[in-house]
Amino acid sequence: MADEILMGAYICKGCGIGDRLDCGQLETTATRDGKAKFAKSHDFLCSADGVAMIQADIDSGETNHVIIGACSRRAKVEAFSFQNVTVSRANLREGVIWVRPDNDEANETTQEMADDYIRMACAESKFQQVPKGSGEQPLNKNILVVGGGFSGMTAAIEASAAGYPATIVEKSGALGGVMAQLNKRVATKSPYADPEDTTVADLIAAVEADPNITVHLNSKVTKTAGAPGRFDVDISTESGATTNVSMGAIVQASGMKQFDANKLTEFAYDKSDNVITQLELEALAKEANGGPIKRKDGKEVQSVVFVQCAGQRSDKEGHLPYCSGFCCTASIKQAMYFKDANPDVDTVIMYDDLRTPGAGGEDFYRSGQKKGVIFTKSSVSTIDASGSDLTVNFHDKILNEDQSMPADLVVLATGQEPNSGPDPYAVPMEMDDDASEEDKQAATDAHEVAINVESILNLDYRQGTDLPHLKHGFTDSHFICFPYETRRTGIYSAGPVRRPMDSQQAAIDATGAAMKAILEVENAAKGAAAHPRSGDLSFPSFRMEGCTQCKRCTVECPFGAINEDEKGYPQYNESRCRRCGTCMGACPVRVISFENYSVDSVGQQIKNVDIPEEFDEKPRILVLACENDAYPALDMAAQNRLQYSAFARVVPVRCLGSVNTIWLTDALNSGYDGIILMGCQKGDDYQCHFVKGSELAHTRMSKIADTLQTLNLEEERVATYEVAITDVERTAQLIEDMAESIEKIGMSPFKF
Amino acid sequence: MSNLNNQMVNKYRNDFLKEVEANVEEGDWVKMCMQCGVCAGSCPMGPYWDHPPQEIFMMIRAGKREEVLSSTSMWMCTSCYNCIARCPRELPITHIMHGLAHYGKRLGIAPKNQPTLKFSQKFWDNLMTNGRVNELKLGIALYFIDGFVQGIKNALAASGIGLGMFKAKRLDPMEILGGHSVKDKSGLKAMIKKAQEIEEARISGNQ
Ligand code: SF4
Ligand code: SF4
Ligand code: SF4
Ligand code: SF4
Repeated sequence: MADEILMGAYICKGCGIGDRLDCGQLETTATRDGKAKFAKSHDFLCSADGVAMIQADIDSGETNHVIIGACSRRAKVEAFSFQNVTVSRANLREGVIWVRPDNDEANETTQEMADDYIRMACAESKFQQVPKGSGEQPLNKNILVVGGGFSGMTAAIEASAAGYPATIVEKSGALGGVMAQLNKRVATKSPYADPEDTTVADLIAAVEADPNITVHLNSKVTKTAGAPGRFDVDISTESGATTNVSMGAIVQASGMKQFDANKLTEFAYDKSDNVITQLELEALAKEANGGPIKRKDGKEVQSVVFVQCAGQRSDKEGHLPYCSGFCCTASIKQAMYFKDANPDVDTVIMYDDLRTPGAGGEDFYRSGQKKGVIFTKSSVSTIDASGSDLTVNFHDKILNEDQSMPADLVVLATGQEPNSGPDPYAVPMEMDDDASEEDKQAATDAHEVAINVESILNLDYRQGTDLPHLKHGFTDSHFICFPYETRRTGIYSAGPVRRPMDSQQAAIDATGAAMKAILEVENAAKGAAAHPRSGDLSFPSFRMEGCTQCKRCTVECPFGAINEDEKGYPQYNESRCRRCGTCMGACPVRVISFENYSVDSVGQQIKNVDIPEEFDEKPRILVLACENDAYPALDMAAQNRLQYSAFARVVPVRCLGSVNTIWLTDALNSGYDGIILMGCQKGDDYQCHFVKGSELAHTRMSKIADTLQTLNLEEERVATYEVAITDVERTAQLIEDMAESIEKIGMSPFKF
Repeated sequence: MSNLNNQMVNKYRNDFLKEVEANVEEGDWVKMCMQCGVCAGSCPMGPYWDHPPQEIFMMIRAGKREEVLSSTSMWMCTSCYNCIARCPRELPITHIMHGLAHYGKRLGIAPKNQPTLKFSQKFWDNLMTNGRVNELKLGIALYFIDGFVQGIKNALAASGIGLGMFKAKRLDPMEILGGHSVKDKSGLKAMIKKAQEIEEARISGNQ
């Protein structure tokens, strides 16, 4: 740590950089302004020869802070990755020559751009250290699986097969979950024609025979403390006996619960024994064991009607707004139970849209039709259960007429509801004072619903006892980029608790989650980050002397990585941390930093840009671009040779959430004329890699208006955007727009 | 004939779909329709008839026997095969449409004054007389299908075509006197009679 910083700057002349820029001058800039110990140019820096030159300097102790002035940090990553030194990249290719026209008029500002990027890289380098890794926890290969149903057993078997011992905690007295209640499952193999064995018995046998899998029945997780690699878990039985175990990672496969069909009074579920749910039919079919299916009063069923989407895809109070995805195929399967036993039984499926996902879905549907199952596009209005037999009243949507049909039995295709714990974020953390009473009430109601359930993980985290919910009570998952990753690192949700699904999807899900858990176990042992900064060894630390115990970091960390100690100081759990830097952006006294990313490592880049005098008419635009989406989009703009203003200086940030407002205040105070912040899409359909980072940043930036006012600066000088990686042309245009508006409102008066 | 209709009603009770499967050409495909509506959207006759194929198939499943069999819809099919070419479920729709028309006719409940039906009957009768189609007689019969006055009008309106066909040796005025025929007329008739017997037997086997 105390090692002397030896900065060595290397300028590449390849890819046209040498033709367009004065590399000699760049070398001078690096040594004179950037205070590099030395600077060298090379015709082709990423070639074996160029790389060997750098490596030789490192080996001989000439440099331990390498500065590379070449292409974007996203290019030639392998060539320019050196061990035990910091590497800082000045983006001369994508950031300068590719976005600037090659003519005499432009050359001066283009060179200034390149000089600034060299100064910035040197400044960054000065404030970077090689991350050491925390060594906070050893390798702990044990994986906890919460839930002993189909998903849970699959996850345990997969983990064990890869050499990671699994522990299953199941709250009931037997393994198998909902799948064990099924008679058969939908076809999974070609020709996808007939219902198949559920395979649950095989799974249970495999679990029981596996010496690497421990099963706790009639048990619950009563405490989960610690972090990946060192989860400290209490498993308690009904009688109260508690076992304490140490786990590396956790898979939550707590499954689904049935929708309460009593809510469906229009379908007389509460009045008649002959109106049943799909799951109740499974029990009747099991009982029939291939013979004729009888209803509760013993009558052999001669006619059965299936009502699809019962209480689903509906915005009625208490109904599920979503499609559960499995139930159409399940009804087809159940109609086959009847047809296979006796082709003369009338089976009618009343659907609005028939959805049969999966490779074999369509074949299975056709097989049902071949077996004589009748499909009627209709909406069922009521079921009349005044007699022992039923009358189904429906509107035929093809013939556009009201109809009714007698039936011995009606099966309601009700949906899946997640069996998740209370949502830690059920109520917005801060409710605006000016929110309407209605909004406040709605939030409180939602909170009641979301928290009035039993905890599943009993997390001993400051941020709540369970996994955050994504939507409709389903647990977290980044639905675009990394489906199993939740906002609680090292805890992966799988199966119907994550989204509605069938057994085939659950098997894939469970396998994916097991794989993620294994990855995290290994990462935690190395002290490395999980997705999306996988492998990153840096971790945030805070200076206790400066901390005011404001708790912003603990509240804002999207991943619940920070606890509080007894004195109210933040307590980092490094292996829960995803290295987004949101805490660093939040801290009002700026005491949080990473070894290689800090308020200084970025702040100094901003400060080391050369700000020309006001009458030079050369404004400076600071662009803080998210490294996940906005920065690559700008790189791609450069690859497409789109041009943007020579006055822009782009600094990549880990997440817009890591932007500390001090950077903006400093930039405005030191004479920048405009600032653009580019983060990912926020909100419900977020694309932010750190889920909440961009959203938090946007909230913070909405307050920057005050700063602008105090400085007497125009509002247009700071702009915050949501940018997707595909917004290639737009990112370049946004810079152009800012340059234009500066032209209109004039230069900043703060140039000294 | 309506006797046969009654027998069928009694036999299949409410299960019109089963009746169609057993008695209508390609009828066992009807259950495979997934109600996508592609056929209805593809049919050039779409705007002109009461029920496109999609609807006919739904009506069959809904047990609307009389409505389907006495519908004019199937009689309007032009056999363009658009629907067959496009049906994602590969239903032989055209054949089913003709099969249904034929079945309704056989049961005696096909629509009475449907022009296609009337013309088809005339064509058959004309063909059966000599075993060859007598174009002149068929043409004249067609002109006078709606009565004498309309027939004269029709004949005058189409006289140009007739003249053209005559010049091209496609229309022989002498045909009016009996016309050409197959060599063995009684043989042909015996053959058709036998075929009809087999068909009757097949249907009564179904009864
Ligand atoms: S905010 Fe981000 S960087 Fe800070 S502790 Fe949480 S996960 Fe780690
Ligand atoms: S945000 Fe900063 S001052 Fe506030 S608790 Fe965290 S470290 Fe301390
Ligand atoms: S074949 Fe008949 S039913 Fe099919 S599209 Fe043509 S006219 Fe319509
Ligand atoms: S195109 Fe085929 S499947 Fe679609 S409605 Fe017509 S017959 Fe049915």
